[in-house]
Amino acid sequence: MTRTSSSSTRAVARQLVRKTLSALVVLWGAATVAFFAQLALPGDRATAILNIRSGQAQLRTPAELAQINEQYGLQRPVIVQYLDYLRGLVGGDFGNSYQQYRPVTAIIGEQLGATLTLSLTAIVFAWVLMVVWVTLTAGRGPRVGALGALVDVVAAGLPAYWLGIILLLVFGLGLRWFPVIGGTGVNGLILPALTLAIPLAGFMSQSTRTEFERALEQPFVISARMRGMSDAGVRLRHVLRHAVIPAVTLSGWALGATLSGAVIVESIFSRPGIGNVLVTAVSSQDLPVVVGIVTLVAVVYVVANLIVDVVYTVVDPRLKAS
Amino acid sequence: MSASQTVDQRTADDSLDAELDWPVSRVRVENLRVAFLVGGVRREVVNGVSFDLAPGECVAIVGESGSGKSVTARALVGLAGRNGLVDADALEIHHADVRRLSPGQWRRLRGREVGFILQDALVSLDPLRPVGAEIGEALRLHRWGSRAARASRVIELLTRVGVPLPAARARQRPDQLSGGLRQRALIASAIALDPDIVIADEPTTALDVTVQAQVLRELEEMKRRGASIILISHDLSVVAQLADQILVMRAGEVLEQGSAAQVLGAPTHDYTRALISAVPTEGTRGSRLSPVPVPDAALTASAPASAHTGPILEARGLSKHFRTPDGGLTRAVDGVSFDLAPGETLGIVGESGSGKSTTARLVLGLETLDSGTVRLLGQDWSGVPERRRRRLRPRISVVSQDPLSSFDPRWNVERILVDALAASEFRGAAARRARAIELLGFVGLGAEVLERFPLRLSGGQRQRVAIARALAPRPSVIVLDEAVSALDVTVQAQILDLLVALQASSGVSYLFISHDLGVISHLSDRVLVMKDGVVVETGEPDEIFRRPSHPYTRELIASIPEFDPAAISERK
Amino acid sequence: MTALRPSSTSAAGTAPSTRLAALARRPWGLYAAVAFVALLTVAAIAPQLLATHDPLALDYPLSLHAPSWTNWFGTDESGRDLYSRVIFGARESLLIGLGAAAVGIVLALVLGSLAALAIKPAAVVVDRVVEILFTFPALLLALLLIAISGPSATTEILAVGLGTAPGYARMIRGQILAAKGSAYVEAATALGHSRSRIVFAHILPNALRPLVAVFALSVGQSIVWASSLSFLGLGVAPPSSEWGALLDAGRQYIVQAGWLIVVPGLVIVAVALAATTIGRHLQSYLERGEK
Repeated sequence: MTRTSSSSTRAVARQLVRKTLSALVVLWGAATVAFFAQLALPGDRATAILNIRSGQAQLRTPAELAQINEQYGLQRPVIVQYLDYLRGLVGGDFGNSYQQYRPVTAIIGEQLGATLTLSLTAIVFAWVLMVVWVTLTAGRGPRVGALGALVDVVAAGLPAYWLGIILLLVFGLGLRWFPVIGGTGVNGLILPALTLAIPLAGFMSQSTRTEFERALEQPFVISARMRGMSDAGVRLRHVLRHAVIPAVTLSGWALGATLSGAVIVESIFSRPGIGNVLVTAVSSQDLPVVVGIVTLVAVVYVVANLIVDVVYTVVDPRLKAS
Repeated sequence: MSASQTVDQRTADDSLDAELDWPVSRVRVENLRVAFLVGGVRREVVNGVSFDLAPGECVAIVGESGSGKSVTARALVGLAGRNGLVDADALEIHHADVRRLSPGQWRRLRGREVGFILQDALVSLDPLRPVGAEIGEALRLHRWGSRAARASRVIELLTRVGVPLPAARARQRPDQLSGGLRQRALIASAIALDPDIVIADEPTTALDVTVQAQVLRELEEMKRRGASIILISHDLSVVAQLADQILVMRAGEVLEQGSAAQVLGAPTHDYTRALISAVPTEGTRGSRLSPVPVPDAALTASAPASAHTGPILEARGLSKHFRTPDGGLTRAVDGVSFDLAPGETLGIVGESGSGKSTTARLVLGLETLDSGTVRLLGQDWSGVPERRRRRLRPRISVVSQDPLSSFDPRWNVERILVDALAASEFRGAAARRARAIELLGFVGLGAEVLERFPLRLSGGQRQRVAIARALAPRPSVIVLDEAVSALDVTVQAQILDLLVALQASSGVSYLFISHDLGVISHLSDRVLVMKDGVVVETGEPDEIFRRPSHPYTRELIASIPEFDPAAISERK
Repeated sequence: MTALRPSSTSAAGTAPSTRLAALARRPWGLYAAVAFVALLTVAAIAPQLLATHDPLALDYPLSLHAPSWTNWFGTDESGRDLYSRVIFGARESLLIGLGAAAVGIVLALVLGSLAALAIKPAAVVVDRVVEILFTFPALLLALLLIAISGPSATTEILAVGLGTAPGYARMIRGQILAAKGSAYVEAATALGHSRSRIVFAHILPNALRPLVAVFALSVGQSIVWASSLSFLGLGVAPPSSEWGALLDAGRQYIVQAGWLIVVPGLVIVAVALAATTIGRHLQSYLERGEK
């Protein structure tokens, strides 16, 4: 009743194809939502664009409107605009900003790197925190367990702005370990990344803790103890791998969450990044930029989830066959 | 012998003792007591277990759930649990006092001096690791040899327990191996360091009968080579194969203790007698298994609502396929046909993967047929859309293996039963309540159970409620899918007696699915033997048992551990 | 694990220590949470009862003072007492939080139920829609809505509700599907009950049982999200004392007057904690009937 490796790789390939197709559908849907969001600006789009540009609302002459309509192709039928938009997306063109007549991709591209670094660092920190915290506190009796769960919930609910400012005040101003105005160096990365990492770790710890404690009760753990394994050994060599399975699934979502959380964190620590771009764009109603960033995050999220699915089968190879 | 003796000195003393012809006990237990501290309250779980274990001897501890037998076994290796308080007048392993060992000393002892085999390798081996890693882990923990030496030792062990292609198998995970192979791998992981004491805790439970036979052969082989075995089991027939000494436990107390011949052949305690007589075989047909009498009300159960005289069920050519993840098709049920007459019990027996449960679900209309037909009470049943089938559903009921999950978790017993009543037949809350009480009476439960929640009931009580619910619409046939498999053997005996009585008084038919040949042959008028989705043999229980024609049936029968108390007392 | 220990032969503890233990086992967290919520309700209905100063009274000499005995939470850049501002801002903040939670849960209920219970084609479509919405992190969905309609209290409520809905919709969908595939639903089918009877008697009550705790949790979460939006300057406009607006105003004085953000933030965190605690206890109380 053994499965040959070829049949399991075939099963994996089929799953991957199915998931990619599904991801493409989701991406298409996201792009459509984004497109129609752009159309949702109240009033005449050309007027709105000019108002955004100049920062004030006034009556516009037909000549000015005609120019904008020409530039942004606003007079064409919706379906043509939509298809054009989709075609542009595939080619990486997100349209042009209303406020500055520049491609959205250029605006985003300048700042994306810093934000991505922050996100990824935050996820790494979160994993480290979660693994250490759960391994030490899970399965040690009801009181420690309840305390651990409480800390998880509290940490998960901490607002990023509040936590960030506390960290800033304590470690930046108080202890002077880290710079207050975040530079782009490593030092300027730690506090912002921690601000994102702590709530994320709290959130992931909740499911990891449940899984850890469940696995600790399983017969295979008892078998390991029966062979003479210590408690630490059992936790690290057997249980941990089982317990992090839900966290692996969450990591795809986590990338999207940290990217959006960066919006707040960059503001607190005065870090460069798309967060600032986004906030400015939202307050000036520069929709193409907003939509561009939001769509980009969605794309990142979908791709990250695909990668996570692959990683999942490495962590839990049973999934290949099921 | 002082507690400060090192581990190595002990084995030397062992052989010295053997030379001098002293009685050698590898394990000596005197008045072992275990209690658990839960929320400040002491709960006695084991009270006064004593035995000696000599080389090449097997001591079996027999009991049902809650007897304390597993706790005893774990206390012997210091794993009674975080809240466990263990004490004994004497507790010696290899002549060393283990009552006050440090965690480090315990770890050195486990795996090296004592090997432990748990049940069901599917969960007793880490499902994410290859079995070779699990087997080699004991070697690694006790710093045995180099990496290369350990790798070849793993292969040697797998060969010893009879696993073909050991090098390839060592790289596979438990779910990639067949039931028999992974159970052998589990045994290999326990004996990696050649401990001369092996504790086996329910090593054959949840296994197919053929796999069970393989495991028992392995244990016999170990015994032959001189290992001492402590066997924990609820299954008397398994115990009868291996044990030299038997302890019978209930609620933490040892009720009876002695040689296997004496305990099984001439038991002195009522409970032991009840345990022995509770085991169903084809020889117990027609007799009561339990000393507990069947409730009076069961003898007056109502007849089925339908007066149909022809076959209750007619199944023709049932087939069902499932898709495997790599795109192939697996044949779950293929061409199964049978009839079920009024008042008859048809037993379907097979191992896991035989398709017996799928057949039951097809008959119940809970799965769609790929081909074939089912007729219920002479009417078209399988080819009809669900909306029309609902009319007939009251004629066929089901009792499944896990009653708890079949009850809505928010409901108490009264609500569960009332929900099964036809609204048209019982109008008004009073009438419905009365009928619920009547149903409970059929299964031997009192009206006070009505307001209880299933979580608070015992396994036996829950199954009785499930049977009461099944009786509510006065069905013509009840499908029982492994309905007694999860019950303790004495509870199982009571339920089987109940089912027999209900059938005798009401005339309902049973379609009984089980992997347990003993239960099937005790209960059934006719038997279907299934393997890999196909019926390989049908007939009456006597024929199947005494003159099996199909090779698979023969293998199945041969795998059943022999349990003939009379023969044992004569033999030994 | 534990080495073998001698069984204790002493009595089960002396009287005072067991009384103390029993006292410690009482749900202090719940008492604290309920008391806090009661205080907030008073603040929302009749803030003048709890405030110490007039929240709008400017007093420049007193600006940017740290918390003291006269000003419990300190003062802002115009000398206004922060504590009183927080009290007066309670009504608006709580209303926004409750409103957003309600929007989110209702939307999630509709989407989640449709995705799990509707007939095949509709269910698949709704499910895809939820998946698509879920790819947008909550904050970004909210920002998108604000970008379209401009910041205001109503927009904030809708935005936060829309942002949190997909996550809850997925959860509800999962719960309903789990109930749908359960053994007791199958048993009900075998009994011959109609599909609608099964849905309303079994599936929905079981699937939506955890909803109480979820709603409480989402109230706390919504208040946090709403305040985050305000922190970015995209929420309600000043001079409202709404907590998020206080955060926004305090942003420029992080270094000199950190309490302007830390203290209102602490209040918000406390509200979220209280809501979660109450939700959890309510949940286990509801389920106690079955134990």
